[in-house]
Amino acid sequence: MRSSAHLALFGLIAAVIAVQQITAHTGSGYYLTQLTMSAYYSLVIVGLCLLMGYAGQISLGHAGFFAIGGYISAFLTTHDLTPLKDTVFVAFLNKTGILWAREDLYGGQLLTVQPWPACIAAVLFTVVVAYIVGGPVLKLKGHYLAMATLGFGTIVYRIALGTTALGAADGLSDVPPFKLTPFLEVSGEMSARVQNYYIAWGLVILAVFLSLNLIHSRIGRALRAIHAAQDAADAMGIDTAKYKLNIFALSAVFASVAGVFLTHYNGGIGPSEASIMKSVRYVAIVAVGGMANLWGALVMGTLLNFLSLRGYLGSYDDAVFGGILIVIMLFIPRGLLHTDILRDLRALLPGKAGEEDA
Amino acid sequence: MNVDLFFQYIVAGITYGTIYAVVAIGFNIIYNATGIINFAQGEFVMLGGMTAVSLHRFLPLPSAVLAAVLITMIVGALIEVLFIRWLHKPSVLRMIIITIGLSILIREIALHIWGEGVKALPYFTGTSVSSIKLGGVFVSPQVIWVVGISAVMVALLSFFFNYTIAGRQMRACSANREAARLCGINAKNMVTLSFALSAAIGALGGCIVSPITYVQYDSGTPLAIKGFTVAILGGLGNSFAAVAAGLLLGILESFSIWVMPAAYKDVIAISILLVILFVRPSGLFGSREAASMKEF
Repeated sequence: MRSSAHLALFGLIAAVIAVQQITAHTGSGYYLTQLTMSAYYSLVIVGLCLLMGYAGQISLGHAGFFAIGGYISAFLTTHDLTPLKDTVFVAFLNKTGILWAREDLYGGQLLTVQPWPACIAAVLFTVVVAYIVGGPVLKLKGHYLAMATLGFGTIVYRIALGTTALGAADGLSDVPPFKLTPFLEVSGEMSARVQNYYIAWGLVILAVFLSLNLIHSRIGRALRAIHAAQDAADAMGIDTAKYKLNIFALSAVFASVAGVFLTHYNGGIGPSEASIMKSVRYVAIVAVGGMANLWGALVMGTLLNFLSLRGYLGSYDDAVFGGILIVIMLFIPRGLLHTDILRDLRALLPGKAGEEDA
Repeated sequence: MNVDLFFQYIVAGITYGTIYAVVAIGFNIIYNATGIINFAQGEFVMLGGMTAVSLHRFLPLPSAVLAAVLITMIVGALIEVLFIRWLHKPSVLRMIIITIGLSILIREIALHIWGEGVKALPYFTGTSVSSIKLGGVFVSPQVIWVVGISAVMVALLSFFFNYTIAGRQMRACSANREAARLCGINAKNMVTLSFALSAAIGALGGCIVSPITYVQYDSGTPLAIKGFTVAILGGLGNSFAAVAAGLLLGILESFSIWVMPAAYKDVIAISILLVILFVRPSGLFGSREAASMKEF
C-alpha cells in the first residue's frame, strides 16, 4: 500500500475518534445512533465500490446479500428450538455449545443458536449463494447483468416478504445482543452507544484497509484491467471470470456482515432491507462518490445515509436518491469527489464542449 | 383438477400474459431504436393507469383513456428530450443508471400526486362480477377487452412499422443508424418517437388492465421485470415473439400457484428470467448468431 493511502486511513481513524469526542462534549451523543447505522450501510457501499468501480460490474441486488446476512442471523438467534430439544441434531448442537438457553422479553425460556455461530453460518451461506449466483450472472454484461442482479434482489425480497417463518411483512424482531467479546457487545442499549459506534466504524476501517491493500495489489491491477477492457485483460492471461467472481463474493460478504451486525444493533430486520430501492441507493452512492473511488463512496455513503436516517430528507427520501443518480450520471459521470471535479464542472458551462469519457 | 378449472387457469394466464407482452413490446421499441433498455418502462404503465383514473372523474371512460395515453406519450417524449437526446454516445452503465433514476423519480412524483392508495378504472363493460360463458369457462368481459385491444394494438404496430413512412424510418434507424442518417432520416427524432410510442403503448396497457389488477404508485417495477423477462424470452427486439413469450409466462405463472404459495409468484417469473439469461440469452425464438453481434 502506498504511504498516501496509509495517511488517508489514519485520517479516517482520527475523524472517527474526533466525531465521537465532539458529540460527547457537545452533549449530542444521540447522533451516534445514526452514525453507527450509516457505518454499517457504508460497509455495504465499500464492498459494492470494489465490485462496480474497480471490477466494473454493476449489481442491483446487494440489498439481497445484506438481507441474507441479517435474516439468517436473526432467524437462528430467535427461533426457539425447545420443541426439537430431543432430536439427535439439536441435542448434538446443544452439546457443542452452539446453542444457548435464554429468557425472552417476557421471561419465557428459549433455546436458540448463539450469535457467533449464527453470524458465521450467515456469512458462509452468503458466500455459497454469491458463488452460485455469481458464476452464471457475471458472464453477462450491461443490461443483462443489471437485470439479472435486479432479479436476484427481487427474489430475496419476495422470499423475505412471503415466508411466514421469516415474519412476512413484519420481519423478525427481538433479536438478542451480539456479544463479540466479554467486553464488547452489539446492541441497541443506550449504555452501549459509544462502544457500538466504535465497533461499527472499526469494521468499516478494517474493510477499507483490506480494500486498499487489494486495490494496490496484483489483484487490484487485474481488476482495473478487466474494467478497462475485458477482452484485452483476457488476452494478457488474466483469469477474468475468476477475479470477477471472487470480488463479487467479497463484496457480498461485506454486505452480509453489515446485515448481521445492523440486525443485532437494531434488534430486528424487515423486508424493506431487501427491497430494490435499497440496492439502488447503494448503487447511487457509489456513483456519486465516483465509481472507482473508495474514499468518495465512503464519504458520500456516510453523509447521505446519515441525512436520510436523521429524516432530513423527509418524504422525498427516495426521490432525492433518484434525482442524485440522474444528475450525477447526466452531468458528472465521474462522480463528485475526485481531483478533476472543477474541470468537469467547468465543462458543463455553456460554450465549452464537455469531454465524454464515460 | 377438472377440465374447466384447467381452462380457467389458462384464461387467467392469458390475461396477465397479454400485459407482460405489452410491456415487453414497449421495451423492444426503445431497444430497437437506441440499444437502451428503458428501466422506467413499467412506470409508463403505472402513469397511464393513474392518469386515466384521475381523468375519469370528469371525463367519460373512452376519452379519459385516450387523454391518459396522450399525456403519458408526451411524458415519454419529454423524458427523451430532457435526459437522453443530448448525451453523446453514453455508455450502457450510464444509461442503465439514468433510466433507473428516472423510474424512481416518476414513482416518487406519482406517490406525491396520488398517494399510496390502490386505484382502478371501472370495468369497461359490465361489472366485476359479470361474466361471459365460453364453453365451460367463465370469462370476465374485461379479459375480452384486454386481449382484444392488445391484439388490435399489435396489428396496428406491425402496420405502422411495415407500411408507414415514419415506421419504416424507425426500422431503418434500428438496422443501421449511420446509413439511415445518410438517407436523410433524422435519427434523433426517431428516438424521441420511439419513446413516445413506447410510453403510449405502456399507458394503454395500464388502462385496460387496471380494472383487473388495480394500479398503485409502485406497481410499475414488478411489471417492468416481468416485461423484460418476456422480452428476453422472445429474443430482445422481436415483438411478435414477445407476444408468444408473454402468453407462455402468464400461463406458467398462473399454474405455478398450484405448486407454490401465491406469494412466490414473482419468484417463478424471475427464476425463469435468470435461467434464460444463463442458458440462452438470445431468447427462445432468437438466433444465437444475431445475439452475439449485439452489444449489451
